[in-house]
Amino acid sequence: MAARAASRTTTVAGTLEQLLATKEIAISCGSGGVGKTTTAAAAGAMAAAQLGGKVLVLTVDPARRLANALGLEKFGNVERRVPDELFHAVGVDPRGELYAAMLDTKESWDALVRTHAPDPQTRDAILANPLYKNITGKFVQSHDYIAMERLHEIHVSGRYDLIVVDTPPTRNAIDFLEAPERMADFFSSRLLRWLITPYRSRLVNAASRPFYNVADRILGSQFLEDIAEFFVLFQTMYDGFVERARAVTRTLEDRRTTFMVVSTLEEAPVREAEFFIDALDGRGFHLGALVLNKVLPSYLLDDDAAAVAEVLHRKAGPIAEEIANTDLGEPDHVARVLREVGESFLNYRVVATREAEQRKELGRVPDVVASAPFFETDIFDLSGLLRLGESIWR
Amino acid sequence: MTSVPVDLLDRRLLFVTGKGGVGKTSIAAALALLASTRGKRTLVCEVDAKGNLADFFEAEPNRFEPQELSPGLFAMAMNTEESLKEYLKLQLKVPLLARIGPFARSLDFVANAAPGVKEILTVGKLFWEVREQHYDLVVVDASATGHIIGQLAAPQAINELVKVGRIRDQTRWMVDLLSDPRTTGAVIVATPEEMPVTETLELVDRMRAETQVDLAAVIVNKVLPELFGRGEEETFDRLREPEFVSVLSQAAGSPVEPVLDAAELAVTLRRTRTEHITRLRHELPPNVALLYVPYLFTRTHGVRATRNLAESLGAELGH
Repeated sequence: MAARAASRTTTVAGTLEQLLATKEIAISCGSGGVGKTTTAAAAGAMAAAQLGGKVLVLTVDPARRLANALGLEKFGNVERRVPDELFHAVGVDPRGELYAAMLDTKESWDALVRTHAPDPQTRDAILANPLYKNITGKFVQSHDYIAMERLHEIHVSGRYDLIVVDTPPTRNAIDFLEAPERMADFFSSRLLRWLITPYRSRLVNAASRPFYNVADRILGSQFLEDIAEFFVLFQTMYDGFVERARAVTRTLEDRRTTFMVVSTLEEAPVREAEFFIDALDGRGFHLGALVLNKVLPSYLLDDDAAAVAEVLHRKAGPIAEEIANTDLGEPDHVARVLREVGESFLNYRVVATREAEQRKELGRVPDVVASAPFFETDIFDLSGLLRLGESIWR
Repeated sequence: MTSVPVDLLDRRLLFVTGKGGVGKTSIAAALALLASTRGKRTLVCEVDAKGNLADFFEAEPNRFEPQELSPGLFAMAMNTEESLKEYLKLQLKVPLLARIGPFARSLDFVANAAPGVKEILTVGKLFWEVREQHYDLVVVDASATGHIIGQLAAPQAINELVKVGRIRDQTRWMVDLLSDPRTTGAVIVATPEEMPVTETLELVDRMRAETQVDLAAVIVNKVLPELFGRGEEETFDRLREPEFVSVLSQAAGSPVEPVLDAAELAVTLRRTRTEHITRLRHELPPNVALLYVPYLFTRTHGVRATRNLAESLGAELGH
């Protein structure tokens, strides 16, 4: 805490531009539906356009949103260059190069196994193990780890000056932060080794017999053998894996890495953002920026405007009479329009007021706080990304 | 896949999912409230570790042990550790918990690190409640679109992995309940925006391809009100002309522009959103029920808002 306070006084309250100019990895996080992916892509596009260098936007979201946002059909596990023509088409001459990649969980796991397997036989046996296939293909938590693992791999390759990462929508916002550690713990666990010993030696000792009796009843021996085979095989990659998981953790903690917390001003996302800010702080990660999306226009908070809306709503009839001696239409018709206009303002004002309160309640915030307005249309292409990017950049 | 239309609330187990931020939890809360007011003994369960389901009822945070919030409406929070303990005790009748100490510990460990275990402990508990007929309806505030497939596919996946033994027996009846459209249905919540609609359509495809769960309904949440009726938008456009702006400002005593700007924003938002609803309607399989609930311009999301939502849903469902 003390260190943070000190760093705050020395850092000039900055902009996203300044932040990203000094970092190599920016991780965009926050609850679902707040524009996390879009914000990551927008920040990446701005960095490529303005800062120069090679910028990669890496999305790890299984729902494949970034492909959509960049107007690309699909980009798979390989990094693809976003054509300069797309920038030129919206009148921007980028100083750098923008790349995009999406995480393919299965492919990434396979690549990891290929890297760490001691020999081709082990490699093939792992890739063919039914448990392995199910783990990598179907199950949820394997995303969290592999996402951070892949980020690390790309980072050490040195191919990019800046990598902007979108995080998976985890059940618990900090799951992915802890994934590397959890993975290392798992592989170094005594319990795990104990679990697979009988399969290795084919000898069940007295101490573990009750366990195997119960496990057999529940799981069946075949499954136990599948599990055991899987872990015995994985043990051969133990050192590589644990070392790797630790390296991934170090990457996240590195001072060249920063986190952008993204939120809207709705109740639940704001609470999630606060939780996230605390979690990052507590773990010593660098909290770089808070980006607030879909912020309603401030004129909705204006008291004079609200008074006007009240008048239009309540006195729609008399006012309509007053201006009806034109070609506007029947007074009743005009009055209906005025009433709607007044009411709509008051409706949105309720939401804007609620959001302003949420904004005030946000306690500690990072040096960079950026707000993006409520765009009338969705962001689904580069021009939209740049428009969003402009609003949060400086 | 059978396509017998079954009334949403006549099913026994509903998994409510959707992209993050669409109001999945508030819809789950409203569905449960609606069912309970229609005389069904209802359990609503949140799966997310940091869920805020209780806020929608202005109740104490949920625990694993269900609490009765209002007559016939019970709420609980999933906890896989508790679920495992209950499973070992009730279903396996493991007599001496002490003897399986190491087993429980290592399973707990595996549950945290190895994929799939948490999912099966989650859905297993829910299916257990359904099979034991403790409730007429169980509503699950389930995982978001990115994670729901893993949850729904877990029984089948474990079933394929484990060839014999008790787990195999357990997953078999779960798969049976899961794939029976009279028992289980998935509800996808979307808002009329680009990404939520796209993710909903993707999820519909994946659900068909990778799970055996029947899609019970798609609920479009936060539908904005139509501001203007026939010919009124033209009148509104005329009112933006300088002469009327000054007359209106005079009549109201202050500049009227912000109010007109706000109305214009409302109209634009409504129009963009309508396009997304149209796309959703066109691209969903024709037999999927589509329900609409309005955006609530309220100050908080307490029990009053939940009741409003439940009423809107009730009107959409009929009866």
